[in-house]
Amino acid sequence: MSEHHHKETFVTKYIFSQDHKMISKQFLITGIIMGVIGVLMSLLFRLQLAWPDHSFTIIEAFLGSHQTDGVMDPDMYLALVTIHGTIMVFFVLTAGLSGTFSNLLIPLQIGARDMASGFMNMISYWLFFISSVIMIVSLFVEAGPASAGWTIYPPLSALPQAIPGSGMGMTLWLVSMAIFVASSLIGSLNYIVTVLNLRTKGMKMTRLPLTMWTFFITAIIGVVSFPVLLSAALLLIFDRSFGTSFFLSDIFISGEVLHYQGGSPVLFEHLFWFLGHPEVYIVLLPALGITSEVIATNSRKPIFGYRAMIGSIMAIAFLSTIVWGHHMFISGMNPFLGSVFTFTTLLIAIPSAVKVFNYITTLWKGNLQMNPAMLFSIGLVSTFISGGLTGIVLGDSALDINVHDTYFVVAHFHLVMGISAIYGLFAGVYHWFPKMYGRMMNKTLGYWHFWITAIAAYGVFFPMHFIGLAGLPRRYYTNTAFPLFNDLADVNVVMTLFALLGGVAQLIFLVNFFMSITRGKKATQNPWKSTTLEWTTPVDGIHGNWPGKIPTVERWPYDYSKPGHDEDFVMQTVPLKEGEEES
Amino acid sequence: MLALFYIFIAVAFSIGIWQVNKLLRFTKKTITDENNQEVIAFVQSEENPLATEKNNDLNGKFLLAFLIAFYALMAYCLIFLNDIMLPESASVEGENDDNLFLISFVLIGIVQFATQAMLFFFSYKYRGVGDRKALFYADSHKLELIWTTIPTIVLTGLIGYGLYTWNTVMDLSDVDNPIIVELYAKQFIWEARYAGADNTLGRGNVRNIEGINTIGIDMTDENSADDIPVRELHLPKGRKVVFKFRSQDVLHSAYMPHFRAQMNCVPGMVTEFGFTPKFTTEEMRRQEETVRKVAGINKIRKAKGEDPYIFDYLLLCNKICGASHYNMQMKIVVEEEAAFYSWLKKQPTITEVVQ
Repeated sequence: MSEHHHKETFVTKYIFSQDHKMISKQFLITGIIMGVIGVLMSLLFRLQLAWPDHSFTIIEAFLGSHQTDGVMDPDMYLALVTIHGTIMVFFVLTAGLSGTFSNLLIPLQIGARDMASGFMNMISYWLFFISSVIMIVSLFVEAGPASAGWTIYPPLSALPQAIPGSGMGMTLWLVSMAIFVASSLIGSLNYIVTVLNLRTKGMKMTRLPLTMWTFFITAIIGVVSFPVLLSAALLLIFDRSFGTSFFLSDIFISGEVLHYQGGSPVLFEHLFWFLGHPEVYIVLLPALGITSEVIATNSRKPIFGYRAMIGSIMAIAFLSTIVWGHHMFISGMNPFLGSVFTFTTLLIAIPSAVKVFNYITTLWKGNLQMNPAMLFSIGLVSTFISGGLTGIVLGDSALDINVHDTYFVVAHFHLVMGISAIYGLFAGVYHWFPKMYGRMMNKTLGYWHFWITAIAAYGVFFPMHFIGLAGLPRRYYTNTAFPLFNDLADVNVVMTLFALLGGVAQLIFLVNFFMSITRGKKATQNPWKSTTLEWTTPVDGIHGNWPGKIPTVERWPYDYSKPGHDEDFVMQTVPLKEGEEES
Repeated sequence: MLALFYIFIAVAFSIGIWQVNKLLRFTKKTITDENNQEVIAFVQSEENPLATEKNNDLNGKFLLAFLIAFYALMAYCLIFLNDIMLPESASVEGENDDNLFLISFVLIGIVQFATQAMLFFFSYKYRGVGDRKALFYADSHKLELIWTTIPTIVLTGLIGYGLYTWNTVMDLSDVDNPIIVELYAKQFIWEARYAGADNTLGRGNVRNIEGINTIGIDMTDENSADDIPVRELHLPKGRKVVFKFRSQDVLHSAYMPHFRAQMNCVPGMVTEFGFTPKFTTEEMRRQEETVRKVAGINKIRKAKGEDPYIFDYLLLCNKICGASHYNMQMKIVVEEEAAFYSWLKKQPTITEVVQ
């Protein structure tokens, strides 16, 4: 890393920046923009689910030719759920969460001047940016965006005859995701190399904050699994454009037999979920890492069971790569495979339980500082428990038969990875905002944001389990075609009301975030009285992070309220006293 | 309800504006600039950006209140939404499934109640008020061991029972004299075919689709001649039915929720599932839970001026398959074996249909 200061132009500082702090902000802002789009889409289709056939001006305004008199078309409904899923999972919770905080925190918390390769880091962001732009452009093609579900199972995703969104919309989806995978891989490799090679003196692996452990392990899972999605996307492009038969066979559609022979959609499902399931943990682990940090700091207590936490992160990561088949119990694959995947899947409950109990024990006998970040972290643990427990039902192949693809699944994964990860993202933003912009976010607005969001989230997703248990399939444009589901209509209205409330609450966050960038109160160097290295850097972040030498690390990151010290926190840079033991 | 919500939104919105306004409240102040000259500047009203003791106290109490409200929500869902659940399994194989579900649900219910209580109660109890000091407590092998071992033991039990149930349901290798039925999916219609007198389905392939042979039965296969294509599915009570699933275009999923049965229909391959119907349609209509659910539905329908609903078993599509996915259904009739056979006898075989 160059020590001399070279003059920065506007372009090198704000656009093609190679400084990890700027890149993290770029990821965050892009993620927020994509998040606004994704949430808006969910509100539109929630309107349709609560009041089918009801005319809405807002739908007329947003959907243009894809609606009739303010009622959205069935194809557009499917497109909205598809793009909502894609945007939230990949663009918001993968790039927006992991991209933001891995970039911001890895160099700062391990004591490095920047990422191993600032240039690759910049490329990673710009690939993500291009892929976001392509995804947004795909919303405007004439036949509508991709609409085969975010899992894009062929043949539906391969045949424009089957659904209009599988034409140009799907092509753009695939191109966008291929670029996204490239971005993610370049980013992940950079994170891994940086954590392994650029730790400052004294920063042993066992002295890394848990955020570092989760980002590091997340990056490894990403490198292992994302390339498989790329190959699935490529093979699907071959099937769609060049007439190969990897995933297609024996198809009769629009009055003619297609030439495809010998392929299998089940193969695609395997490839997709080989990424798709680890992806859940790519989304979730960073959120859990952020939570560990925020809970320890705000409890003024060491995180309980530091080594057990690392062990459970590794166990979750390992298991996450061998459970993908639980999405396919009834796909037609051999039932014996189903047994194996049931076994591996339910094992994940063990490290997850360890993590939850460790969080709860960390709170026990603490001195809890209820900053907004802390509230979101407590909320995360709550939704992680609620959502995780239903995984025990879904992971059990015998039970999955009857709840597979019902709203029970939708409720489960929204709580355990959607809401939990979003809470992690918010906790991270509230906690590290001072590190990003040198200012503080408004606390009171943060409280309002948390409480309304917390009420709305459970209001939407808790009752949703029960309509799933009533047998209601997901991805139904309307439930009115079945008198059997007439009694679920009221529940759907309630869920939509809570969803709208939750959507409005996010405006509070947006206002708070963007106003605090310029108008927030100036931050002090270590506002939360934290122990980790990022709080030793100057408030106005500088290129190279530390003005002088990089500090040396002398102890683990969780010396909060340690007996024998005057203050209730001891920075990692403070040498051990004589006779003091490192925990 | 909608009106109530608009009020709700309005309140939330005004609170938002009020709070933003607070954030932006600037006051005139005289400050000294870097050249030691006094200037008049607009300074934001001071807010301590860190949680104060008051914040800790209030939010801690809110967390406890949230726990209570959450318990109320859970209790409400468990008690009142119970009426909208599916009635007991209408297939013999589904009984194990229902048992396993009950066990799992009670178990996760207990864990949910207990862990959420600890989480929110500790958050309330240890909120940073007064001169509270945190306890330096970093590790305990004993505790870690306890909460690794207990989940492991419980899960071993669940996995064991789960795998037993799964294997019982999925094993179709030695079914004695089953009824063999093909379920055939296409956008957005279900069709079915009985194997006929020889109880063997003739080969099928989309390349044989022609005119009235809409499901591509291979007429050169001698097993095909007596096959019976139908548009309404009838099943005999007490006989094991083995389904063979095919699809002609995209993925579909044959979902028969009352029988705890589901299997994907995959173009290019034949998938299988089997169950033994336990109640005829008539019996199911008289079943207590069904009566309650249907009464609830009809109350709603009456209010909207719609015809009353009579219970029927259904086959639904449960894998996204295109625009009319939401309306891809077929009625299933379960009847006594004699009635079933007399119905089947009246249906023309494929040979008769094609001629």
